[in-house]
Order: sequence, then structure tokens, then C-alpha cells
Amino acid sequence: MKKLRQSMRIAFRALTMNKLRSALTMLGIVIGVASVIATVAIGSGATQRIQDQIASIGSNIIIVIPGSTTTSGVRLGTGNAVTLSEADAKELPAQCPDVALAAPLVRGGAQVVYGNNNWATIIYGVTPDYLTIRELSVADGAEFTQQDVDGANKVAVLGKTVVDNLFGGADAIGQTIRIKNVPFAVVGILTPKGQSSQGQDQDDVILLPISTAKRKVIGINAANADAVNTIMMQAKSGTQIPAAQEEAQALLRQRHHLQTVEADDFTIRNLQELFAAQEASSSIMAIMLAAVASVSLVVGGIGIMNIMLISVRERTREIGLRQAIGAKTRDILTQFLVEAVTLSIAGGLVGIVLGIAASSVISRLAGWATAVGPGAVLLAVFFSGLVGIGFGYYPARKAAYLDPIEALRYE
Amino acid sequence: MPPLIDVRDLKKTYQLGEVTVSALAGVTVSIERGSYVAIMGPSGSGKSTFMNLLGCLDRPTSGQYLLDSIPVEGLDRDHLAEIRNQKIGFIFQNFNLLPRMSALENVELPLLYQDHDTPDADDLAEHALMLVGLAHREHNFPAQLSGGEQQRVAIARAMINKPEIILADEPTGALDSRTSAEIMNIFERLNRTQGITIVLVTHSDEIATHADRIIGFRDGLVVSDAPVIHSRQTSEKVVAVLRVPVEVPQ
Repeated sequence: MKKLRQSMRIAFRALTMNKLRSALTMLGIVIGVASVIATVAIGSGATQRIQDQIASIGSNIIIVIPGSTTTSGVRLGTGNAVTLSEADAKELPAQCPDVALAAPLVRGGAQVVYGNNNWATIIYGVTPDYLTIRELSVADGAEFTQQDVDGANKVAVLGKTVVDNLFGGADAIGQTIRIKNVPFAVVGILTPKGQSSQGQDQDDVILLPISTAKRKVIGINAANADAVNTIMMQAKSGTQIPAAQEEAQALLRQRHHLQTVEADDFTIRNLQELFAAQEASSSIMAIMLAAVASVSLVVGGIGIMNIMLISVRERTREIGLRQAIGAKTRDILTQFLVEAVTLSIAGGLVGIVLGIAASSVISRLAGWATAVGPGAVLLAVFFSGLVGIGFGYYPARKAAYLDPIEALRYE
Repeated sequence: MPPLIDVRDLKKTYQLGEVTVSALAGVTVSIERGSYVAIMGPSGSGKSTFMNLLGCLDRPTSGQYLLDSIPVEGLDRDHLAEIRNQKIGFIFQNFNLLPRMSALENVELPLLYQDHDTPDADDLAEHALMLVGLAHREHNFPAQLSGGEQQRVAIARAMINKPEIILADEPTGALDSRTSAEIMNIFERLNRTQGITIVLVTHSDEIATHADRIIGFRDGLVVSDAPVIHSRQTSEKVVAVLRVPVEVPQ
């Protein structure tokens, strides 16, 4: 311990003797570490944004849509069949232990009128569970209730975009809007969610009780009055998503009386799969950026090696003297290694500060999200230390194995 | 009691390309504890090689070297370093102080390479500086000291680990005659009062007469080995003795 402290003192003195040289040597590491920190920050910022988008849709969501059907040889696309029903949605959480909630959904578009204003928007007919699953909340007013669904009440919950376009600045709660000439009372306004990952405005929407939506706005499917466009499910936890998916599949096959040879007449998707692909591509990008940045770290390491070799040469006589008075191989090795590591760690610390500054400038100028985690910082310190040891070892070893007689005679 | 240094048929050859140069051609010498020996000889006579071997800075090609009864000729680098640290103090012609360290820190340097901690390092170093009369200069850097003062710091450094032997390679070679005399006085005091064995290389007959014994080297061999008659008026006789070749051991 005493020896290490002594070595650090010797190293510090040697480095401060030649301030400009030490600073220039450190610069390589500073740039390397700063660029690693900045690129990792941009990469994890992108990942963070994807995770935020997943969270904005709702967590642990599984979506069930009807499969394609073949009618008289004409295959219709996925989602056109009317195989899913409100009854399916009711049975799913009751029978599947890993499914927490399931909400049926019907979808349609409509022109909405209030006073002199009108606006075309998407209408969702849903149950209150839908708001829970999507993690929607009302900023103003109230959600509609199961009673509203049961009684097919003409109440509406509006997205922020709809409110802005119909009401301008006026208070919307309690007002009556007309959808397809049917009057609806506005009971709530949703908390804004912003854009979805596909750039869709998630606030340009009106939620109605599913019963009212079917009867008054979207229309009842002729083939099956109970039919819905989508069932949204929530698994009890992220790890239960695959189990919930399997249980739902089994239950729906059973309820739809499908034989083993028949294909599913529905499709189950979870959003994790969708976002996993996006996350993978963004992390590949991040890894590539970090790889490029680490090249500069290696270049910085070569700079350290270069300076250490010069330093060993300049101090040959000092090394010879230290050997003559009893310094062992290990003592000299430690002395020069500590010097190299001091250079690289100091450079690393400056680089971290610079990297954090750079990433905050980037996120401000380019509008990219960046995130500097403690992991990245620790990794940067670790790697700059490693670079110091790695590139300092050869010069230090060279110093340690000098012949004391030749070293003492060196001019 | 066995001699402090017991060297038998020590040989050292260097390979210079195709040619093998014999720097030491078989030297047998023993030096008693507490003696004061001067080594003389023209350049290339092998005296520097002999000093390097005595100082455990180099290993002989063949022969035997017992230092304080320890056979050191076959020891590895780190063991030799330990012996240098514990038993030998070096004095160089050019002082070899580290320029970025104060006198005190230079003196403490050998303590750094001991296996155990020395909590009272500053006290020891101050004491050593006091013995060479430099107590008041302990915070000065080498560049702020005169040549004689620098050599005294070097002596304090050599003394700090209480070595058995001090090896001095032309310690006054870079000093004027007055400062040389001061340095020689310190050596004499260390030898007489503390019983430290001193082996010093010199070109100067005047310096050599401070010793008890003068060993002459030529062509890698000991050519003379005689005690000094301690009478200040007869230094010329001593030098005359030097010129008489002794029988060279084969």
C-alpha cells in the first residue's frame, strides 16, 4: 500500500514535470472516451425512446385480430373475418390464468360536429377495461363506466386533438357533440399520449361505449351482431406474455370449434415482438458506433505507449540508479504502469465529462434522445484503465528489465 | 570470522560480435570487514568490471563471489537487487541524485525498496544528512547544491540502509581538491568510527593514500596488492610500492 502510494506520487511528479506532453497524451484518451460515452448515450437514448413508445401503448399488451377467411375461393385479408366476439373477450380473462384483462374493440371513422366546427376522426367502441389496458387516463371529466356500456348510453371520451379542433379553447366537458347526427355528451378528455411509433396521432380519437358505437355509429355486423374488430388483452406480467398467448390461442380455438387440422381463424400478436425488431436494429447501430469510437480509444492508447517509451528512454539513468539502490523488477514495472494508468484514467475522467457534455449538446441540437447511464461511465473508466495497463505494460517492462550498468552509464 | 568479500578466480567476458573480450581474467581477492581499500589501474584494466561485480550489478561469467558469506554469483535479478539494497551503498562520480527530489527524498530512496515499511524514514534521513553536515539543506533540490554537497547527499543516501560496504567509483572525480578532501574525510570517519568497509576506485595517488590497502589492476588482473604505510610524509614510497608488480595468481 505504501509502495503504491509512493508510486503514485512519483508518477504524479513525473507527469506534472511535463504538463503539456501529459495533456497531449491524455487528449487521445479524452477523445476516445468522450466519443464512446456520446455514442453509447445516443444509442441508449434511442432504445429508451422505443421503450417509452411501448409504454405509451400499454404494458404487456397482446392483440388478437380475426384471421383471414375464404369465402367462395376469395381469400380476404387478415382482420376481415368476423370471428372474434364480445363473448370471446369476456371469456378470455375468466378462463386464462395468465390473462389479466381483455377488452373488445370496434373501430370506425366518422365526421364529428360541434357548433360550427367539424372534424373527421377515428371512433373506438370499447369497454372501460380498454382504458386500463392501454394505460389511458382522463385529464378532465371522467371515464365512462360499465353501466354506460350496458345501457348503451350516448357518452363520449375525447382525445386532445379532437377537443382542440372542435372546441378551440372552450370547455368541452358536458357539451354535446354530434357523431353521424347522433348527439353524444362529452364526459371526459384523455390525457395526451402523443405520437405512436408509426407517427400516428394517438390523441386524434373518440372513445364510445362499445354497445353505443355499434348501434349508433359504426353499425352492427350483419353476419354476427356480437363481432368485434380486435380484442386487446393484458398479460399479468411481461414474463407471462407467452403463456397468456398460448392459453388465449387454445381457448379461442376451442370456442371457435376448430379441428386440429384447421388453421387459427385469428392472429395473436404481442407488441414485444414488434418492438424487439426495432430495438435490435437500434442496438446494432449503437454497437457499431461504439466500435468506431473504441478505435479512437485504441489510438489514444498507442499515444500513451509512445510517450511512455520516450519517458523510459529519458529516464534511463534514473531507472539505473533506482535499480542500483535496490529497486526490483516489480518496483520499476509498477512505477511506470502507475504512470501510464494515471494518464489514461485522468484522460478517461475528462473524457466522461466531455462525453456527457457532447451528448447533451447533441440531444439539444439534433433533438435525439440521449441517456448516459452509470454503467457507461463505469465501463469508460474501466476501459481507459485497461488501455493504460495494456499499452503501458510494454514500456514499463522495458524499463524494468534494463541492465542496471548500461542504464547508469546512459547519457 | 570470514572476510566480508571473498572473490575466487572471478572472470568476466563480453561478446562483441565475433570477438570475445575478456574484461576480468581471473581475480582472487578477499577484503576484511572494516577495511578501506583503494583500487587503481589504467582505464580498461578491469577495475570498473570488478566494481560492478562487487556491487552485484552484474554477474560473473565464472568464478565465485561470497559477499558476507552469501554466494551471490548465481542469484537472479531481484535477489541481487535485495542484496544491493541491504548490504551495499553506492557512490558515483556524477552523484546520480534524482533532480526532481529534495535532498531528504533522495536520501530516503533506498528505504522505498525495502520489503518492510519504515515509519521513521524522515528521521533516519535527517540523521544521515546530519552526519554528512547537511542538516540545513534537506529541502534543497540537487540543482541548488554544490558538487561537494551533492556528493554528501549521495553518501547519506548510501548510508541510510546501514550497509556493510560502500562502493565508491571515483567519488571525487568531479570535485575540486578542497571539496575532495572534505569527502575523503567523511569516508575516513565512516570507516574509522562506524567500521564500514569502503572500496573506492580512484586515479589519484593522493586519494588512494587515504586507504589502508591499494589493489592495482591491469589487463583484467590484479597486478599489485599492498598495504599503505600510514605516514603522511612517505606517500611517494607508497606510490613506489604500487609500481612493483606482485606475483600474479594463475
